[in-house]
Amino acid sequence: MNIARPVAARAHVGHSRPRPDADAKVRGTAPYVDDLPFEGLHGATIRTPIARGRVTGLRFGDLSDLGADWSEFAVVTAQDIPRRSAKDGVDPNLVALIERDQPFLVRDAFEHMHEPVALIAHPSLEVVRAAAERVEVVVEALPARLDFRTAGEDAVFKTITVRRDAGEDADAFAAELAACAVRVEGVYETQAQEQCYIEPNGMIARVVCDPDDLPSPERPSVPTWPSKPFRVEVEGSLQCPYYVHKALCSLFALPEDGVRVAATLAGGGFGGKEDYPSILAGHAGLLALKTRRPVKMIYDRAEDMVATTKRHPSQSRIVTGHDADGRLRCVQIDCRMDGGAYVTLTPVVLSRGVIHAVGPYEVPHVRITAQAVHTNTPPHGAFRGFGAPQTVFAFERHMDRVATELGLDPAELRRRNLVVRGGTLAVSQTIEEPIALEAWLDEALDAFDWRGRRARAEAFNHEAQVSGVARRRGVGLATFMHGAGFTGSGEDYLASKVKVRATAEGQLEICTAQTEIGQGSIAVFSQIAADTMGLQLADVAVARPDTDQVPNSGPTVASRTSMVVGHLVARASEDLLGRLERAGLLGEADARPEGEALGEDVVVGERPSAMVQGRGWSYRPEALRRALAAAAASGDAEIAEGWAQYERPPGGAWDDTVYKGVAYGTYAWANYLAEVEVDGLTGEVKVLDFLASQEIGRVLNPLLAHGQIEGGVVQAIGWALLEDCVWKDGHLTNGNMTNYVVPTAADVPPIQVRFQESPYAYGPWGAKGIGELPMDGPAPALLNAIAHATGIDLCALPASPERIVAAQLAAEEAR
Amino acid sequence: MAHDHLPGPRTTVRMRINGEEKTVRVAPMRRLLDVLREDVGLKGTKEGCGEGECGACTVLLDGEPVCSCLVAALQCEGREVRTVEGLESHGVLHPVQEAFLQHGGAQCGICTPGMVVTAAWLVDKGLPPGGIREGIAGNICRCTGYGAIVDSVEDAIVRCQRKAGGCAQEGSEGGAA
Repeated sequence: MNIARPVAARAHVGHSRPRPDADAKVRGTAPYVDDLPFEGLHGATIRTPIARGRVTGLRFGDLSDLGADWSEFAVVTAQDIPRRSAKDGVDPNLVALIERDQPFLVRDAFEHMHEPVALIAHPSLEVVRAAAERVEVVVEALPARLDFRTAGEDAVFKTITVRRDAGEDADAFAAELAACAVRVEGVYETQAQEQCYIEPNGMIARVVCDPDDLPSPERPSVPTWPSKPFRVEVEGSLQCPYYVHKALCSLFALPEDGVRVAATLAGGGFGGKEDYPSILAGHAGLLALKTRRPVKMIYDRAEDMVATTKRHPSQSRIVTGHDADGRLRCVQIDCRMDGGAYVTLTPVVLSRGVIHAVGPYEVPHVRITAQAVHTNTPPHGAFRGFGAPQTVFAFERHMDRVATELGLDPAELRRRNLVVRGGTLAVSQTIEEPIALEAWLDEALDAFDWRGRRARAEAFNHEAQVSGVARRRGVGLATFMHGAGFTGSGEDYLASKVKVRATAEGQLEICTAQTEIGQGSIAVFSQIAADTMGLQLADVAVARPDTDQVPNSGPTVASRTSMVVGHLVARASEDLLGRLERAGLLGEADARPEGEALGEDVVVGERPSAMVQGRGWSYRPEALRRALAAAAASGDAEIAEGWAQYERPPGGAWDDTVYKGVAYGTYAWANYLAEVEVDGLTGEVKVLDFLASQEIGRVLNPLLAHGQIEGGVVQAIGWALLEDCVWKDGHLTNGNMTNYVVPTAADVPPIQVRFQESPYAYGPWGAKGIGELPMDGPAPALLNAIAHATGIDLCALPASPERIVAAQLAAEEAR
Repeated sequence: MAHDHLPGPRTTVRMRINGEEKTVRVAPMRRLLDVLREDVGLKGTKEGCGEGECGACTVLLDGEPVCSCLVAALQCEGREVRTVEGLESHGVLHPVQEAFLQHGGAQCGICTPGMVVTAAWLVDKGLPPGGIREGIAGNICRCTGYGAIVDSVEDAIVRCQRKAGGCAQEGSEGGAA
């Protein structure tokens, strides 16, 4: 039965509720992987010493001064992994991700420096780390490919093309371009960026096997692979429990219930713990299997930085054609990204980069060709923004150069080109949602006093020039969007599932595979479930992501947690409510009295989404608690568990073969503004002020949303101005936090954050994803501000003092 | 019991940690960070970089913030160490910790122990000329963008000013004062 007067309301969504995980964090009692009680062995990794070649042997050096002997160690190499134990006949040594080309351990040929060759384990962490340095990997060198920009076509392993109208045909496009009143060309480059989560990667593995397969006094050494069924269990710092699960099932040739993956609280991820933890879990698991003992592997900072993934370096060549008034007619983009040594997630990064490459602008004729290139550096991987920051930087920097060419205000150029509702993005996606990009742009410009600030900066510069002061000020803008959730039909393939269950205490427990990496998933899921069910926050708990306990709700990536999984949490909560009603545990007698005041903070009458009524507020909270307890006591999962599985919202589809259609169900739209001061003597850039304005559907938790935006902006300021990966012969020479410089509090100003809300019908209370958005805009806004300040037209990141001084000297020489 | 296994001399080090006398027998150059985490079992102090850059391992040594990854055990003989675990008093949070809760100063939380220790020191000892941002510049946070942390410290200063005598005596008796 359904209650006669459905009441939808929200008391928690939209409010700054504190995160339930914060108390333990400020006390220092929140357990991260390296803090867990542990008895067992410590593992270390032996890695390749050069960028490319063949491993011909291992030399184990003398350990006597360490008071140790190699007989005390377990050693695992690729020889321990049977070549064809996997059911599908694929070498189980190859990590199961998109393409199976990356080995857990090098068998023979290797493709990058610091590639894992062997694993050693010992009861002492100090001894194992010291011993690892005594192992020499003997190699035969092969020529390495280190520059993705100059690599030949044979190095290209993924190409994506986007064509619109005349862009479909090279000659027709050339003719359209030739007919444009104004043409502007440019080449834009971005560098690798290290995620630099403060907690390095770490994993603990345990193997559960039959007593017959355990070593004994009679049989001290056992074969690596047990003869009877066994189980591999890992816990660690990771974003995607089911990615690790899939990788371990394949490596150990185990059925799904033969592997358990549990996430600990992660001390930051930012994409850096999306795919790499599969490898680390495999390594710890292999050592645990060989020794039949628990094994812990925690990277130190240096190992984490040199061996794990970073943001893809990119180069974009852009040609645009415009009408005399600046309106875009033609865009041609040729983009390359450096995939590094293995495919990993690169095709998807390239895809997201391509889809965001022309930004929120309407362009009739589009021709984009994007390539991913293989080089002999460690694979580049996921990092907040996932390809979009690279292409957004290129296009937004380009737009300012167009504005200069046309003598137009950069904001006015953007205004003339913004897509409107019913308009079409470069990938032929028609925007059906209500959007007001021009109004949102104006709001941001007004909030920053764009015209006034630009004029004051110009006056300041004039004054400085007259008085011989080297400081210059400038104000810059970037306009952009970010699609939330997996690209195209990605969410269909994921087919994510969420479970909620009633507990004996009359509470609701939310079971998802989403990991808490600092973004606030525990808080936000609790708010969503509480308001869908009409419960208090204290009556809602979030289960630990553990593949034995939670369904596969997909990875904790792609700005999908709040929007996609949060929506599933709402749907599963409502599913459970319906089960409680059908079981007779809730009924008319439990209804709130009509006209009962619900409290000051409560907003009545807003449904969670087009698919969720959110009628939990129809019932008295104590009745809900009683019903939940009764459902749990029944022991019947049909009554005590609510489920939801992803369903694609109505609307068009995405066609991967031609790169056309609904690339993302929705986008968040943003305008970021920066004011900088450049010291002409030192080349130092000081960010004087920064405003981040974005439309994100619905702000679920203002405090957390501000934190996400501010944190992303500062990470992007780091990418724009400070952070650079310096490579030499395939080795990261600044693989430490002394020489890889990330922003401190003293390097950045307070970030002004503004939100607009235009609810998305299929996000919880209209919420869109926001995690990656703030990474896209700061770099172009800052370099545009530097250009405004100095006239220096930097088109490569980072805008380091060295680059700025060099550009100034070059400009002076040219005069 | 010390957990370091490499051969070499050992030395006995006595120090007060969060107000309690502790004696460890360790390699003289063993990092204070390892003494705290492995030998004394105080896991609140985190290792982020191991080279004094990130500040996640910040503790107060005789009331002054240090990166415990850069301090050798032998330097601690007879000295006072205060860690994140020593900020609260009988389960009652230090005003700095309260402020971090209210203003969202902790996100992933891994920098938080070092950050609140530094913040507690700032609140007790006063701000440097460059203000809060300069005061916490030795502690890297990769999540928050620092805004919420600055708000937390500002608020903690106000909370402590409201208390007669400030917050210096908060927490364990082995405090920073």
